[in-house]
Amino acid sequence: MVKKSEKTKNKKGRIYLDYAATTPVDPRVAKTMLPYFTTKFGNPASSLHSFGQEVREALEESREIIASALGAKSGEIIFTASATESNNTALKGIAFANRNKGDHIIISSVEHDCVLNSAMWLQSQGFEVEKLPVDKYGLVNPKDVEKAIKKNTILVSIMHANNEIGTIEPIREIGKICRKNSVYFHTDAAQSFGKIPIDVNKMNIDLLTASSHKIYGPKGAALLFVRKGAKIEPLLHGGGQEFGLRPSTVNIPAIVGFAKAVEICQKEIHHVKSSKRGIPSKTKLFDGVKKESQRLTKLRNNLIKGVLEKIPDSHLNGHPKKRLPNNANFWFEFVEGESIVMTLDSYGIASSTASACSSPKLKPSHVLLACGLKPSQAHGSLRLSLGRWTKEKDIDYVLEILPKVVKKLRKISPFK
Amino acid sequence: MYTKKVLKHFRHPHNCGKINNPDGTGKVGNIVCGDVMWLYIKVGKNKKSQEFIKDIKFETFGCTAAIATSSIITDLAKGKTLKAALKINKDKIVKSLGGLPPVKLHCSVLAADALEEAVYNYLSKNKKEISIELQKHHQRIKKEKRLIEDKYKDWIKAEEKMHKNGKRINNKK
Repeated sequence: MVKKSEKTKNKKGRIYLDYAATTPVDPRVAKTMLPYFTTKFGNPASSLHSFGQEVREALEESREIIASALGAKSGEIIFTASATESNNTALKGIAFANRNKGDHIIISSVEHDCVLNSAMWLQSQGFEVEKLPVDKYGLVNPKDVEKAIKKNTILVSIMHANNEIGTIEPIREIGKICRKNSVYFHTDAAQSFGKIPIDVNKMNIDLLTASSHKIYGPKGAALLFVRKGAKIEPLLHGGGQEFGLRPSTVNIPAIVGFAKAVEICQKEIHHVKSSKRGIPSKTKLFDGVKKESQRLTKLRNNLIKGVLEKIPDSHLNGHPKKRLPNNANFWFEFVEGESIVMTLDSYGIASSTASACSSPKLKPSHVLLACGLKPSQAHGSLRLSLGRWTKEKDIDYVLEILPKVVKKLRKISPFK
Repeated sequence: MYTKKVLKHFRHPHNCGKINNPDGTGKVGNIVCGDVMWLYIKVGKNKKSQEFIKDIKFETFGCTAAIATSSIITDLAKGKTLKAALKINKDKIVKSLGGLPPVKLHCSVLAADALEEAVYNYLSKNKKEISIELQKHHQRIKKEKRLIEDKYKDWIKAEEKMHKNGKRINNKK
């Protein structure tokens, strides 16, 4: 059992380890956004006056910042309201615009629900959808993609990194295969953008989804990269904003915040304490993505190692190496995930599970099942996702509490 | 999402554990979500020489609601005559917990089923008279268990097969 002192200790500071679900807005981002609610409130579509013009400039500047982060041109970035919207636009937009060419769409069996259900809806509209299997780590085999491509294939949509288990898919190889076969390649990079490097040209990506609120930007902004020349239909019809692909008055504060968030991820200024010659601190400019990724990988590896060592009958989900730097996902035998999450929450630790009990449909995670876990095994899953404000002492605290939580729940369980 | 009472029972469950040599055992599983509940009872006789639940314990593999309903049903049943204990239904359990989220109501059914099964097990082991109602319930629980288990088996088999062969699932219409 966990001692009372530990509980009170933690009441002061909660530990957030659910960054894969969403992130807090970085204060620097919030500060950048504020003027766009009050003084710079114009509609960029009304560019005949200065109110509209200044906002239009901010919009296009944001587009450029984000485009360059992806290696894209600014005319290839469309702002939407969510990754779900971007994924829907990509799948449905490509499907309906290219129906004369074919009706076969390939996805993986570990896609996010918004890709999966868009594809399922397209299937109900007469398209043929093929779901590729994954190995036990959740990896798609590029050879399977090559084999699956037929004459009537129009689109392949494989996620960059998995939201549950963090596995990074071989999208560079898949992109190459799609390019060779002249098939559109879309990737859902909602979890990876800002965390690991992406280059749409080197990776042969035709369409890419990314989201603001996963990288310390506000909710309500996301993007769809659409390669120049791609044939795509919009979901909405209206006043022609966003190159006619996403008509709606643009959400300027959120987009400006999104761009600022990207900028921070890319070129984070780290204050590094140098121990040499007693110099107290030095300000250095680093490649932020790489630096932060290294820091998180180290913390995450300590977490995985600690959990697997301290908790008997615990297993890692996802690939040991090819995974997002901030993702750890486990399954524990004989205990259920929701009760782990609830108990951790009582000690101030925020986590996540994909157990059937936690899902509104009472079905275990399709991702874990696709990786070969039995429903009873997926029942005991736990995801811990780290982020910008995760410290070493947070991981130490989790490693102190989690083994006790699992032990307590196992005591209640008939299986031991 | 959960009431304070649910969380209280979840965090500090009552009568949790195993009874050695129980007089009756109820083992039920809701394999729709995967929760499993085992209930053990010891039966005694009161002054009126009625059989009553002298001791009751549970072991549960499941979510917050499953653990809380297990805990509350042991509170509700302890000390009650078998006849009175059988009157504890899902509504009574939910009410005692101050409510459950709609998606978790099936957990209360699981707890009520577990208690009925434990009493049924005691009565049938001791070759005692079992009411038609209880017999019917037992048949239903048994049937449901079988049905769900069958469904579950296919599910597991399909997944295993898919991974063994690396075969693609073709979602042709």
